[in-house]
Amino acid sequence: MLVTQGTFSYLPPLTDAQVKAQVQYALDNDWAMSVEFTDDPHPRNFLWDMWGLPMFDMRDPAAILLEVQRCRDAYPARYVRVNAYDRRLGRQTTALSFIVQRPKNETGFRLERQEGPDRQVRYTLHPYALDRGAGERYER
Amino acid sequence: MTQDPHIPFGMPRPPAPGFSASVPDAVAGNGLRAQEEAAPLPVSIDVEADARASGVFDVIEDLDRELVGLDPVKTRIREIAALLVVDMARRRFGLEAERPNLHMCFTGSPGTGKTTVAMRMATVLHRLGYLAKGHLVAVTRDELVGQYIGHTAPKTREVLKRAMGGVLFIDEAYYLHRQENERDYGQEAIEILLQVMENQRNDIVVILAGYRDRMDQFFSSNPGMGSRIAHHIDFPDYDLDSLVAIARIMLDRQRYTFANGAEPAFRELMSRRMTQPRFANARSVRNALERARLRQANRLVSDGRVVTRDDLMRIEAEDIYKSRWFTEAPGEQVLDGRTVPTG
Amino acid sequence: MTAIETPPRDAATDRWSSGVIPYAQMGYWQPDYVPKDTDVLCAFRITPQEGVPPEEAAAAVAGESSTATWTVVWTDRLTAHEHYQAKAYSVEPVAGTPGQYIALIAYALDLFEEGSIANLTSSIIGNVFGFKALRALRLEDMRIPLHYVNTFQGPPHGIVMEREYLNKYGRPLLGATTKPKLGLSARNYGRVVYEALRGGLDFTKDDENINSQPFMRWRDRYLSSMEAVNKAMAETGEIKGHYLNVTAGDMEAMYERAEFAKEIGSVVIMLDLTVGFTAMTSMSKWARRNGVLLHLHRAGHGTYTRQKTHGVSFRVIAKWCRLLGVDHIHAGTVVGKLEGDPNMVQGYYDTLRKGFVERDLMHGIYFDQDWGSMPGVMPVASGGIHAGQTHQLLHYLGEDVILQFGGGTIGHPMGVAAGATANRTAVELIVQARNEGRDFFTEGPEILRAAGRWCAPLRAALDVWGDISFNYESTDTPDVATTATPA
Repeated sequence: MLVTQGTFSYLPPLTDAQVKAQVQYALDNDWAMSVEFTDDPHPRNFLWDMWGLPMFDMRDPAAILLEVQRCRDAYPARYVRVNAYDRRLGRQTTALSFIVQRPKNETGFRLERQEGPDRQVRYTLHPYALDRGAGERYER
Repeated sequence: MTQDPHIPFGMPRPPAPGFSASVPDAVAGNGLRAQEEAAPLPVSIDVEADARASGVFDVIEDLDRELVGLDPVKTRIREIAALLVVDMARRRFGLEAERPNLHMCFTGSPGTGKTTVAMRMATVLHRLGYLAKGHLVAVTRDELVGQYIGHTAPKTREVLKRAMGGVLFIDEAYYLHRQENERDYGQEAIEILLQVMENQRNDIVVILAGYRDRMDQFFSSNPGMGSRIAHHIDFPDYDLDSLVAIARIMLDRQRYTFANGAEPAFRELMSRRMTQPRFANARSVRNALERARLRQANRLVSDGRVVTRDDLMRIEAEDIYKSRWFTEAPGEQVLDGRTVPTG
Repeated sequence: MTAIETPPRDAATDRWSSGVIPYAQMGYWQPDYVPKDTDVLCAFRITPQEGVPPEEAAAAVAGESSTATWTVVWTDRLTAHEHYQAKAYSVEPVAGTPGQYIALIAYALDLFEEGSIANLTSSIIGNVFGFKALRALRLEDMRIPLHYVNTFQGPPHGIVMEREYLNKYGRPLLGATTKPKLGLSARNYGRVVYEALRGGLDFTKDDENINSQPFMRWRDRYLSSMEAVNKAMAETGEIKGHYLNVTAGDMEAMYERAEFAKEIGSVVIMLDLTVGFTAMTSMSKWARRNGVLLHLHRAGHGTYTRQKTHGVSFRVIAKWCRLLGVDHIHAGTVVGKLEGDPNMVQGYYDTLRKGFVERDLMHGIYFDQDWGSMPGVMPVASGGIHAGQTHQLLHYLGEDVILQFGGGTIGHPMGVAAGATANRTAVELIVQARNEGRDFFTEGPEILRAAGRWCAPLRAALDVWGDISFNYESTDTPDVATTATPA
């Protein structure tokens, strides 16, 4: 399966040149950049691990690509995303967020149904990856 | 009045400036335009016109005008620029050219124009499309090397990231290496620098600067660094005539002039200064002029008379002769540049 | 405008003697009045009956929408009537359309109850629209002073919170209305929802007239829709939603449906404009309390927003809806099948999204409007749009918008999921191209075509709908210029 979170998940994986072009757009808008990674892609898990602090005042996308590459090297079997943050009054939130690395084998989610009275069903999304210990979830 | 029906009204965001235009070789892949693929190969190219169109020659002419002397340096810059222009032309004919290594080493005494030339170099590389931004980040050991374990790598990377797309200028780069201390954190900075100089040479150009002899020593103990530097440029000390010429240019730029007798006085001052320790070429000229301005101001105020525009512009011989290089005994070590504003 | 002839004002007794005197003479026409920061200001387009001076018509509107009645009443003298009287302070003829005037009227803040759109509208549009002295009357725009804005809750979540809630950034959101509008059973309905969401849409939607009919009762629809939503979430790893329409015949039924929607985990519910402002306000408060997004379908608005000379402009409706608080509202597409001049639509979008909207007659905005910190409402573009127009939609509408391709998803030749994939891919492509600095408006068709090489659903969508457009002249256009609606 393919986790389709992020701004560009329906496109073929972005090349580094394409990632750079997006980062350039963000820098031109004066957005701070950050790199994050995770092995728990639950759609409500917005707290991915931070790869260092957000990067402020960068001029060239190569700076962000440097950290992206370091993060990929350190965690080759996890999701890695690039975020752009807009601090303007009235926004103060993420402006752009896209995945720049995926595990080779995306194991996806199990939909658990807990049946209740009156035909009601409680749904829970369970990432298969979480069945394995932290750190070995997407290995192999 | 009819309005253009195509005016957008999204949440207004500035359009990204032509990214692809400034970084010709970084553009590829499915979403990005690949004009170069489609365009047929040209039959012939006017290399000179290409170079002119890029505005590189303007930068070099500026440099000519701005910097006195330094002929060997200017020649080297011209040569490098020519190489890059030809390189671009070759690429347009489909002659595969690996991106040339552009890391450089500038050697010479303080005040010989290394930083200025580095700044111009960054602009040249930007205009030719070798650097995306063309800015200059100037640092010394203190900005790269940390105080404790784990401090150096983030510090060095932070500097590298700020310099991406431009030139990282490391002044007195040999201080990164401390021969007497093998565990010195400087070594860590050197290793990160080497890695980035190798892996991201499309994104950054590193220029190391410092005294010639100490730089040679640095390279011999760090051969990895030496082998990654493609261009060595030596900046000679200025002779007396050049120093006076520099003074004239500086004064002119600040709307001052030498009064009669002031210029010979300044020449005299410089000839004394040159032999003293910590002489810093153009920087010493600037410092001497700064102090002459101070003394001129003091003179005009204490005279207590009405001043004319001319008075305000003129540096008199006495403003120069009151320098401590005339009044104090030679051999007394006064630090140049410590008590006056530099800048 | 020169003042109309009035008898000398010194005759104070004349003002109060019983009988009928012109509104202008009663103090409702004050050309020298300087509006206060706290005043509510209105711009009315008035078309007076033959022989009625425009100042008197404006004064009559001011009077009838505030303190006046048709004759002099001595009980006015028991009040600080000068304060409560609305003041018409400007009347200007509309260039190029004889017989029409724009009247500006100021209302004291005290005339309105805090946080009540019902009260505001009862005053401003309560009586005057049937007034005999006028042939037609249209409320073009209102300036709500920040003092009054702050008495309203506003959107339960707003654009920023919605994006954080859904974890979706940097692109327009995508939706589709389930079709056919009427007649599907709950299971078939769930199938359409599931296919559209798993194919790549963020939202699907009940249509405005899907409530609880014999062919599908609301509870059954809710249950099958939530099965579809959750299954699609598991397949994509994205948060998905279906606007469950809670519109019902009475408030109690609406609350019951909303509570149930929340209980079974829906992130969003929807309402029709037909329920009325007070019911909408109540649901808005409910939505804030319960953390459920609130979508508003502007059902019925065309009856009073479309004609240029009579009714209420949609930008005023949009303003009221932002005040009373909804998270989404349909606001036009520019390029689709429904009415919408680009300039007018821009005025609506600005009104919904911006923190401060500047006076701009080209966009039908007559006053500066300060929204303070009230969150923005996500506009929804829906009706006759398809993937082949994505570049135009992003160009005109920007990225804080929900693009709803109903027919454009469900009518896809390869199936509903493929239709959704085509739309999502088109949106991501055009956003990518925009961010790369390309001229995506011009190159859009080419960009989409090129992607058809690797995205078969997109190719099929372009083949079917590529040439469809709706080129009709809009009826509601700015006075300052006319532009053709692009397609």
